[in-house]
Amino acid sequence: MFEAPSLLVPGTAVDRLVEDRLRVLGIAPAPLCSDAVFVRRAFLDTIGTLPSGEEARAFIDDPAPDKRRRLIDALLERPEYADYWAMRWGDLLRIKAEFPINLWPNGAQVYHRWIVQALRENRRADLVARELLTATGSNFRSGPANFYRAVQGRDPETLARAVALTFWGVRLEKWPRERREGVAAFFTGLRYKSTGEWKEEIVYLDPLSPIDAARPPVFPDGRPAFIAEGADPRAALADWMLDPRHPWFARSFANRAWAWFLGRGIVHEPDDFRADNPPSNPELLALLEREFVASGHDIKALFRLILNSRAYQRSFLPPPGIEAASAWAAHASYPPRRLEAEVLADALNQITGGADTYVSPIPEPFTHVPANVRAIALPDGSITGVFLEKFGRSPRDSGLESERDNTINAAQRLHLLNSAHVLRKLERGSAMRALLRPGGRGADAPLDRLYLAILSRRPSDAERRFHEEAAAARREVWEDLAWALINSAEFLHRH
Amino acid sequence: MSSSASLFRPMGRREAILTGLLAAGGLVLPRLHAQPAPTPIPSSAPSPKARAVIQIWLWGGPAHLDTFDPKPEAGPDYCGPFTQPIETKVPGVRINELLPLLAEQADKYALIRGLTHGVNAHETAAYIVQTGHPAGGRDVFPNLGAVVSLFKGRAAGYSGLLPPYIVLTEPQGRFSEAGFLGPRHKPFATGGDPAAERFLVEGVVSPRLSEARLRERRELLAESDTFGAALRARAPGALAAFDKAGEEAYEMILGETGKVFDLRQESEATRERYGRNTCGQSCLVARRLVERGVPFVTVNVKGWDTHKQHFQAMRRKLPELDRALSALLEDLAGRGLLESTLVWVCGEFGRTPKVQTDAPWNGGRNHYGKAFSALLAGGGLRGGVVVGATDARGEEVIERPVHPADLLETIYAQLGIDPSARLPHPEGREVRVLPSLAELPQRHGLLREIM
Repeated sequence: MFEAPSLLVPGTAVDRLVEDRLRVLGIAPAPLCSDAVFVRRAFLDTIGTLPSGEEARAFIDDPAPDKRRRLIDALLERPEYADYWAMRWGDLLRIKAEFPINLWPNGAQVYHRWIVQALRENRRADLVARELLTATGSNFRSGPANFYRAVQGRDPETLARAVALTFWGVRLEKWPRERREGVAAFFTGLRYKSTGEWKEEIVYLDPLSPIDAARPPVFPDGRPAFIAEGADPRAALADWMLDPRHPWFARSFANRAWAWFLGRGIVHEPDDFRADNPPSNPELLALLEREFVASGHDIKALFRLILNSRAYQRSFLPPPGIEAASAWAAHASYPPRRLEAEVLADALNQITGGADTYVSPIPEPFTHVPANVRAIALPDGSITGVFLEKFGRSPRDSGLESERDNTINAAQRLHLLNSAHVLRKLERGSAMRALLRPGGRGADAPLDRLYLAILSRRPSDAERRFHEEAAAARREVWEDLAWALINSAEFLHRH
Repeated sequence: MSSSASLFRPMGRREAILTGLLAAGGLVLPRLHAQPAPTPIPSSAPSPKARAVIQIWLWGGPAHLDTFDPKPEAGPDYCGPFTQPIETKVPGVRINELLPLLAEQADKYALIRGLTHGVNAHETAAYIVQTGHPAGGRDVFPNLGAVVSLFKGRAAGYSGLLPPYIVLTEPQGRFSEAGFLGPRHKPFATGGDPAAERFLVEGVVSPRLSEARLRERRELLAESDTFGAALRARAPGALAAFDKAGEEAYEMILGETGKVFDLRQESEATRERYGRNTCGQSCLVARRLVERGVPFVTVNVKGWDTHKQHFQAMRRKLPELDRALSALLEDLAGRGLLESTLVWVCGEFGRTPKVQTDAPWNGGRNHYGKAFSALLAGGGLRGGVVVGATDARGEEVIERPVHPADLLETIYAQLGIDPSARLPHPEGREVRVLPSLAELPQRHGLLREIM
């Protein structure tokens, strides 16, 4: 039911490298996952959205041999794509109005809208990175200018740390002092000034700020930078990191993308590149980085390369006889992970037809969002709710990937098992009422409707027998089944 | 596996390479379900006097002049209608006239009148008061409750079934209480209203389902777990955190543990004594929780941000606080729990001593971080003491200034938590529970006067 041992997909260039490595390690990879597992996985990973029961059924029943490739292409064009990835990037770019980042609501909105737009247009990632790195202007007018405000300090080294973490996956604080200062020197001319508008601030480069001859800017690889008089040193830094001879940005981005889809970076953690933390598969990282640069820093092309690979499409069950952790670390099978807070909230509302209200503690215009807005589309980390906080939504304090916490705890399970919030959705949601309406046969009966809507698959024969027997004996069995399915490990994990 | 076994190298070599690979990767296990448990550095502090803390948080900032630092001599521009503060059981110590029950208990608590941090923004001030760290640094520090949950919680041998850090009823919000310690150290927020007919603790008490139905559902969940069964068979431990969380949750829903929230187990007289309102009944639940070993409980009492109609609001809120807090102190003392339970009452700042009479405030008070008060009781601290003083109008601290870090250090000392102990940091940086006196010049040191 979860695996498709006989299925062959052509895979992509990454597969030879992943499988070479597995051979060296002596691990036989897991078979590919079933179509039902794939449709759910691809939706959740690519657009942070659960497939509807109808979408799942259509995919499972589609006889076309290239349906996985076509689904991937279709998902990358969905409107949820930009919302979901703006949410993920919002964590790293720290899009949050309130303490301790303090972008202020309109700044957060401008910043978020800019990212959504870039993702929607699939703008070249190198251009997006360059604009962020060299940003100037008003925080209320220029999205990227907020990058330099979304930090907890304004000294050159703090700014350098944010740049290193965001664009290179490097934790600058682990570097020796001289190297840190060399990078910080690119930011010594950056200034902030307020305007007549409350909380508006202009980020600008002070043309009169000379470069300190004693501490000149030095590129991260140790080469000194020569900055022409009056030029923005940050532009030189952008040129450097986007140069194909030392593509620090592309390498970091490719590694992050791999980690987002495969659950673990080739360099792990994905934002901790350093000499003593080498990649587990250097050839694979080199290939991803090369392909990404060659495609013109095309994010969707990179995602396609990963999503179409066999490595991505393997079963979540580790091959027999192998420690699960080893199998997952070597990408011999797909690691199940708990759904992100926002994705889970949206999935529950999609299944039941419910809605949640998200609020910000700041009583300002720009913090009000319509009642039916999806959690993945929330523009500002300060606009939130009890459920999202309980399920480990990123606090967006530091920009570290690990700030988002997808571990599970008792308070979360209490909430799903027995809270008025969730029970009310199950009892009153219009979509849930439609799933539970009696009658129909096969795919149109409540049993299949529930399985498809919640788990994106049909029940197995054993499950069908079990529940149909129970239905004959007990009233309310479908209500209880709906509750059980949304509380199952299968629903709570992407797998 | 048997068919492919010959294609692959034998176990020994494979494991050797794997070990190398994983070690080179810096971590032995991928982070999938559980973060590695942080290991607190053992504290070298003296043996604890306090076992638990009840934090009564007056969210919004209560006016120090209208609570524990009255200034009737400053005239009506400052004290508004509250011109008759009352003597307490401790000679010479006066508090607001709407706190008569607390006045009778004054031997049980210390009043700190010299708190100061100078910040007038809610979120920043709340952060400073609850973490002891200045805002705007590179890290978001955990607050007192999260630190106690770290040093006195599960990793430190707390084996209670209730969460170690509980807040009644809503989280304090605006800043993440757990800071970089992450959601594991966030408080469990009860939701619901303990003053309602039934206290519907979110997730614990089901509003509609009978216990029989809850049990049926639990069985159904176990029986229809095809995915979990398959995954557990192939990857033992992959769902360990999920399963353990489920058991803990059900212990709260169906076990004895959740009954701690059932106030029907208390006598009518007791419930009346605390006051039949959210503040009073929350304090009663707090007592029940520490009685069962919970090390940190916050009662988040809202409604103190009184920019307008301040004095009308005080006439409502002060009698509630008076009943609730005096009942709590009396009850804890009566049960022999006050010695081991430290009660801390405070907001994020005080309020402007001079009443704002102009529109649109029309008799309100604004935020005031330069001077404010706290009440501390129990946990081995001395009662019947006033520490520090403000000037004749309550505008400046003129004697024994106290930074929030000084107050927190005092609480930590009573709990046996070393304020210089290292906190587990996600980037492995060396960060400590509190900034030292050398690092934070505004600090003045432990409140030895009451220890």
